Amino acid sequence: MTGKAWCVVAAKKVGRSTIKFTNSPIIVGTGTIVGPVEGKGPLASDFDVVLPDHAYGERSPERSETKILEQAAKIAIERAKVEKKMVDYYIAGDLLNQIVSASYSARQLAIPYLGVYGACATSAVGLTLAGMIIDGGFADYVLVASSSHYQTAERQYRYPIEVNCQHKPTAQYTVTGAGAALLASSGSGPKVTGATIGTVIDLGLKDVNDMGSAMAPAAADTLLTHFSDTGHSTRDYDLILTGDLASVGSEMLKELVKDDGVELGDNYRDCGLMLFDTKSQKVGAGGSGCACSAVVTFGHVLKEMEKGVYKRVLLIATGALMSPLCCQQGESIPGVAHAVVIEA
Amino acid sequence: MIYLYAFLVGGAIAAVGQLLLDSTNLTPGHILVLFTVLGAVAGGLDLYEPLIRFAGAGALTPVSGFGASIARGALAEAKRMGILGLFTGVFEFTGMGIAVAAFFGAVVALIAKPKV
Repeated sequence: MTGKAWCVVAAKKVGRSTIKFTNSPIIVGTGTIVGPVEGKGPLASDFDVVLPDHAYGERSPERSETKILEQAAKIAIERAKVEKKMVDYYIAGDLLNQIVSASYSARQLAIPYLGVYGACATSAVGLTLAGMIIDGGFADYVLVASSSHYQTAERQYRYPIEVNCQHKPTAQYTVTGAGAALLASSGSGPKVTGATIGTVIDLGLKDVNDMGSAMAPAAADTLLTHFSDTGHSTRDYDLILTGDLASVGSEMLKELVKDDGVELGDNYRDCGLMLFDTKSQKVGAGGSGCACSAVVTFGHVLKEMEKGVYKRVLLIATGALMSPLCCQQGESIPGVAHAVVIEA
Repeated sequence: MIYLYAFLVGGAIAAVGQLLLDSTNLTPGHILVLFTVLGAVAGGLDLYEPLIRFAGAGALTPVSGFGASIARGALAEAKRMGILGLFTGVFEFTGMGIAVAAFFGAVVALIAKPKV
């Protein structure tokens, strides 16, 4: 069978890697929790819970992250006014080895669970898979969640916080928090109408203190693929949102897509820059982590959509798919970006 | 006067480390090893001892002073008992520093919680 014949079968696929949902899943409930630093940022009032400290009453940061994720998931189910046993699947991921935060939260939630890893792009991975599952008729309710934690990420990717190492200006601050969204086959709320699955792009950058530059080429590739697949342009979206490119990466993205005739203007923003006041808060180039795009999208952007500020949003969640071990062995940092279209 | 020299020399060594950290891709681990090795080489060539006499703690406190002490101990023991002294003397002058760091590290870990 030729490739062309397959394309005819895949009726919901457009172009290279874009999906258009027929029965678009609806976001019926969200839950967002952030840590103390995010709680001092400009979006603080949009989140369900702002923690007074990183510990959340737990004896280790890893336990704290698990609890944050579990609570965010519970809030999302509660907000949707749905019984937990009605939720068909729980799709979650985080940054830690063996995605322990997600798996341990799934142990507590006792909802059939699919663990996913997409680094900081996990929120979009979850939304895309949940959309496919619901649109395909395999479930009525799918819970999507992702988390990150400043102290667990520092310990795993850089140095334990106790060492108190200096951060470079290009380095980003891992967001402490978790965002969860319950997607349903029916109900009212913003819809996930499409998605573009990203290709892993690696231009050979090796600086682990500059993830923004490593991810920007992947974001550019996904954005351009999305536009060429759908025929859309920047004008078709009220908001184009990248996950966590922060100041260095988002400037690089603008430059990269300019060559292809795409001008990212006022309707382009980055979650890592929105979450903090980067001038007064010591967060380096801006926020990063699985929670970054999740809390900004589920907490802030969806609320703005309810108010009618945005009608059509393109979220491009960005992830740096590296491990500290491979980087120590001299490997470069592969980036990936997945795009999701959310419409009011 | 030794206080001023200690401040200037210690500060200058730290400033070199800061510049390396800011302007290169070297990690804190790299810089730690680099300074220790440079200190050991300078100590072995008898170049670090005059700096210690001149600046006191300003030369001893940075990790390069630790490297110089490793070389000094190893060479002193080698003179006393031959080639094996190179190995037994390594912790001659640095042993106390390591033991103190480990001991107080453990004590502080027991009584304090890191805050960020």
